[in-house]
Amino acid sequence: MRARVVRTVAVAATLALAACGDGGSTGAGGSAGGVTGTVTVFAAASLTESFTRIGRDFEAANPGTAVVFNFAGSSALATQITEGAPADVFASASPRTMATVGEAGGTDGEPTVFVRNQLVVAVAPGNPEGVRGLADLTRPGLKVALCAEQVPCGAAARTALDTARVTLTPVTLEQDVKGALSKVRLGEVDAALVYRTDARAAGADVTAVEFPESARAVNDYPIAVLADAPNPAGARAFVAYVQSAPGQAVLTEAGFQAP
Amino acid sequence: MTVAGTGSPTGRERRPLGVRGRAGGVPVALLLPAVLGLVFLVLPLVGLLARTPWSTLPQRLAEPGVLTALRLSLLTATLATLLCLMLGVPLAWLLARVEFPGRRLVRALVTVPLVLPPVVGGVALLLVFGRRGLLGGWLDSTFGITLPFTTTGVVLAEAFVAMPFLVIAVEGALRGADRRYEEAAATLGAGRWTTFTHVTVPLVAPGLAAGAVLCWARALGEFGATITFAGNYPGRTQTMPLAVYLALETDLQSAVVLSLILLVVSVAILAGLRDRWITAS
Repeated sequence: MRARVVRTVAVAATLALAACGDGGSTGAGGSAGGVTGTVTVFAAASLTESFTRIGRDFEAANPGTAVVFNFAGSSALATQITEGAPADVFASASPRTMATVGEAGGTDGEPTVFVRNQLVVAVAPGNPEGVRGLADLTRPGLKVALCAEQVPCGAAARTALDTARVTLTPVTLEQDVKGALSKVRLGEVDAALVYRTDARAAGADVTAVEFPESARAVNDYPIAVLADAPNPAGARAFVAYVQSAPGQAVLTEAGFQAP
Repeated sequence: MTVAGTGSPTGRERRPLGVRGRAGGVPVALLLPAVLGLVFLVLPLVGLLARTPWSTLPQRLAEPGVLTALRLSLLTATLATLLCLMLGVPLAWLLARVEFPGRRLVRALVTVPLVLPPVVGGVALLLVFGRRGLLGGWLDSTFGITLPFTTTGVVLAEAFVAMPFLVIAVEGALRGADRRYEEAAATLGAGRWTTFTHVTVPLVAPGLAAGAVLCWARALGEFGATITFAGNYPGRTQTMPLAVYLALETDLQSAVVLSLILLVVSVAILAGLRDRWITAS
């Protein structure tokens, strides 16, 4: 939590600085396509790797811009936004979380789904326990980490387990997908239900086991410009970039599916 | 690091009592920042009260998850404090009464968890007591004991973070205590252990109690090391701070209610016990 607070403070501080900077640079002219200044993006933890790359690409394509990210569980981000955190863009891992921001009058226009994500079972490299599907996770002695149902990856896990009619008792309910994955990386649990993209980002640290029921628990990721965006032009440009061919290419490579 | 030892709460009896008498003419240059400091510390607590959904409070308090988390928090904080008393008091005695090479370093090491980010503490605990950890691997293969994701793991995480509070308070009390009583007991034929239990411990009781209360309160509020080392599972490792954090994911009002409970419990304990044990002395 502290890390998140620090991050939020850092974002706020950057914004304060950017606000000062903006005053000067708008006077100098919105020369390069009118997009300048800092774009603050609140994005689901599962977007960490791909959005960091997209952010760098966006900065390169739009000189004079800087993208600042706040990655966390979607629901925590939604709360921060509705409580007045200054953000330009919100990219959530579930339409429901996006809807809570929309209902609070927080989005500028309708959110659009830009990618979809599917669950896999992340296990130790080489799958020493021989996990083939969800049913194997109920084996006695096998330690499993899930996301808490309050966050999108946990809700998706619940749907997948219900679809497969599998009842299991996890050892921990993590607050976001990265937490669940790190418990596998550390070897403290034998398996975790995480997004395919997170398992892929972990590289050789984990092996991903695909299972058929995940098709019934696909998460849509909506993105929206926020109503109180301090930098609306930058926000719109970033959202457009995410949906453009170069942006989608990064996301596909990370393991996301096109909507 | 030696500052930590001398700046203990029990150092107060050595300060002249006349300070309070002379405080009549407090300079504005001190009063203003002092009041601002107080406001800064108290305002967030007021904010919590202002946003509390009083009308739905009874229903929210009656939710089974809330009571489970509260019970677990009280239990683990108490067990962690007992563990800290068993290990921390002898450690404080060693630091206060025995000259040995490297004492300064040991004292510095004891206080490290005070400044260490709790998440780092959690990672460190995992690397030692985790399933692949230095000791944890051995515990697992020899006895089949795993500590992460268990209530014992919560107690360990809390004790790791809270023990320095106890050690510092007790060490300060021991240094402030009049050693002539111990010497008198020794000349009257009391053994070292008897002297410790019958003379030293009663002598530093207020400092000991203050340290235990601080330790308990810190354990109650522990979040980072717990979620990193013990995970989050309702009824087993989900303490109040973890429940607050997770409630924030869905419902701000639930988080406010849970925070309020934690706040009330902490303030009640700190105010009640500290007054009785310290200012009375």
